[in-house]
Amino acid sequence: MTTPLVEMKDMCISFGGVHAVDHVSVDLHPGEVVGLLGHNGAGKSTLIKILSGAYKADSGQILIEGKEVHIHSPRDARHHNIETIYQTLALADNLDAASNLFLGRELTSSLGFVDDDAMEAETRKIMGRLNPNFKKFHAPVKALSGGQRQSVAIARAVYFNAKILIMDEPTAALGVHETQMVAELIQELKKQGLGIFLISHDIHDVFQLCDRLAVMKNGQLVGTAKTSDVTDDDVLGMIILGKCPPGAVPGPGAIAEEAASG
Amino acid sequence: MSDTALPGSKNPAARNFFSALQLDTRLLGMIGAFVVLCLVFNVVTDGRFLTPRNIFNLTIQTVSVAIMATGMVFVIVTRHIDLSVGSLLATVAAVMAVVQTDILPDYLGLGHPAIWILAILAGVIVGIVIGAFQGWMIGYLGIPAFIVTLGGLLVWRNVAWFITDGQTIGPLDETFTKIGGIGGTMGETASWIVGVLAVVAAIGLQLASRRRKASHGFPIKPVWAEATMIAITGIAILGFVWIVNAYDIPKARLRRIFEAAGETMPDGFTTGYGIPYSVLLLIVVAVIMTVVARRTRLGRYIFATGGNPDAAELSGINTRLLTVKVFAIMGGLCGLAAAVAAARLGFSTNDIGTLDELRVIAAAVIGGTALAGGVGTIYGAILGALIMQSLQSGMAMVGVDAPLQNIVVGTVLVLAVLVDILYRKRTGE
Repeated sequence: MTTPLVEMKDMCISFGGVHAVDHVSVDLHPGEVVGLLGHNGAGKSTLIKILSGAYKADSGQILIEGKEVHIHSPRDARHHNIETIYQTLALADNLDAASNLFLGRELTSSLGFVDDDAMEAETRKIMGRLNPNFKKFHAPVKALSGGQRQSVAIARAVYFNAKILIMDEPTAALGVHETQMVAELIQELKKQGLGIFLISHDIHDVFQLCDRLAVMKNGQLVGTAKTSDVTDDDVLGMIILGKCPPGAVPGPGAIAEEAASG
Repeated sequence: MSDTALPGSKNPAARNFFSALQLDTRLLGMIGAFVVLCLVFNVVTDGRFLTPRNIFNLTIQTVSVAIMATGMVFVIVTRHIDLSVGSLLATVAAVMAVVQTDILPDYLGLGHPAIWILAILAGVIVGIVIGAFQGWMIGYLGIPAFIVTLGGLLVWRNVAWFITDGQTIGPLDETFTKIGGIGGTMGETASWIVGVLAVVAAIGLQLASRRRKASHGFPIKPVWAEATMIAITGIAILGFVWIVNAYDIPKARLRRIFEAAGETMPDGFTTGYGIPYSVLLLIVVAVIMTVVARRTRLGRYIFATGGNPDAAELSGINTRLLTVKVFAIMGGLCGLAAAVAAARLGFSTNDIGTLDELRVIAAAVIGGTALAGGVGTIYGAILGALIMQSLQSGMAMVGVDAPLQNIVVGTVLVLAVLVDILYRKRTGE
């Protein structure tokens, strides 16, 4: 296989003696969507926050396109074309779509002033591609629907040429129609060769959107599998019992077959 | 979903006259309230309220609080508060007074022409340093702004006392006192020139913005709407100049001016005061602060942080440093306000700026700055300061008892915020 886009090897992080992430290794290839599953507190969000620069790992190695990198802040992550769409969206409610899209990376005129018109023009371009129904360019994002807000958050990640996209529960707050929109968007981004880590509680979503999945339990990796090689029940078994089915590659967190049956 | 502002649908047949003008309805409401207030006072005082003389006095009384209110907008927008501005003003006024009466004359000689500007510079620098220090405690040490500036309220009032040993310091430098108000005005001709330049600048900005929008293919206002806006702005600016020019300098004072110049006053000669330098300073501050708020990264980050501090942080904004900057700006503006307040009195007193923190916060809040953060405008705060001052002077002219005056001002503050909340609920902002 080709060099993975991202390789996280043997990642460990603990908070006050609790091993939130315990020797976990995952990888991600271009044009691939990898789902991260597990209970609340299984460590999936923590793992991903190491990659997005919000936490610093105690040990472990992060390789981007085969080269080792050190990520200490959200800025470092952005520097390596890693963009994160947070569960809470991380938008400033009182600003309009363009201001949010360019927050922290404003376009400026030659005199150094913020160029709102240029940013609006760029926003119109990218929103025309992502969500052609989007028309509220002058309203604060507070006035937008959940789906519209999500498309602003996604536009922000996509506009700056992300290669690696981290989506934390991207459809948690959305209706059926809007979830569909996000699903289509993910397919579109896949075609463009992005790698996507998708954190989700919804097994349905994962089977629909992901190529592979990785399951975590108590901070450890239970196993990884191609979505085509496992069933819903297999995955539930992995999440709840930590039992690795035959179609999956077991990780350090998988319990032995005998123990599970006995 | 009814916003039709898309390229292509240029929507030239606007729904009605007002929507075509794209006016800020909140600003209109405030101006409306202000006009009603003025008219009522004018009727009650038998036409004494809306005279050139009273309008002139109102504007110079408003300047000090209005300058600080523009800075308070940034502080409140970032979800902080500054209770120390009145005391800070006293400390800075004391520093400026000591610098210009005790320190500089020893080096430059009494009445040296550079004293006024050096004194102001010293004051503004002290203001910025104190403001930045308070901002550092809030941003980096994590002490709530309410506590830091409540402490500042006590500390700086009494630091001012120590600097002056509790004495009133004066008389201040003659040039320095010119930025106080009535003692320093531009005269009729210069005022007209400033007015015309302001109108030209307003037209230029309007056209530039229109051209920029058109170049991106955005919808633009109909030409007549643009023309109406320019006409309103022009009439407002030139109308103000006309009013301050219509306030004539009293005969006796004119004669003294002529005598000082070694000339005799021609018979029947009259001239108006024109724009006070203090008002010019306020206008310059307002323009700069508006540009900072709307057209710079600093301003954008201030509003983003107020709207969602976590989002700002995750976007790579250094919100701690931003807090220091916001309070440093507030401190610098206290310095300018102190110069105006001390110059207006002609000396620096211990109780200068007492209760100004409340007037400043009230002005910002009446002007539509939301204590929840993220919302506020510079022009709103200035208008808020003007409304507060009009209310106070109007009641004084009518002869309302002092305790009742404060009761009314307090009630108006609460009602203004209530109206603002109802307005926001209705518009869904």
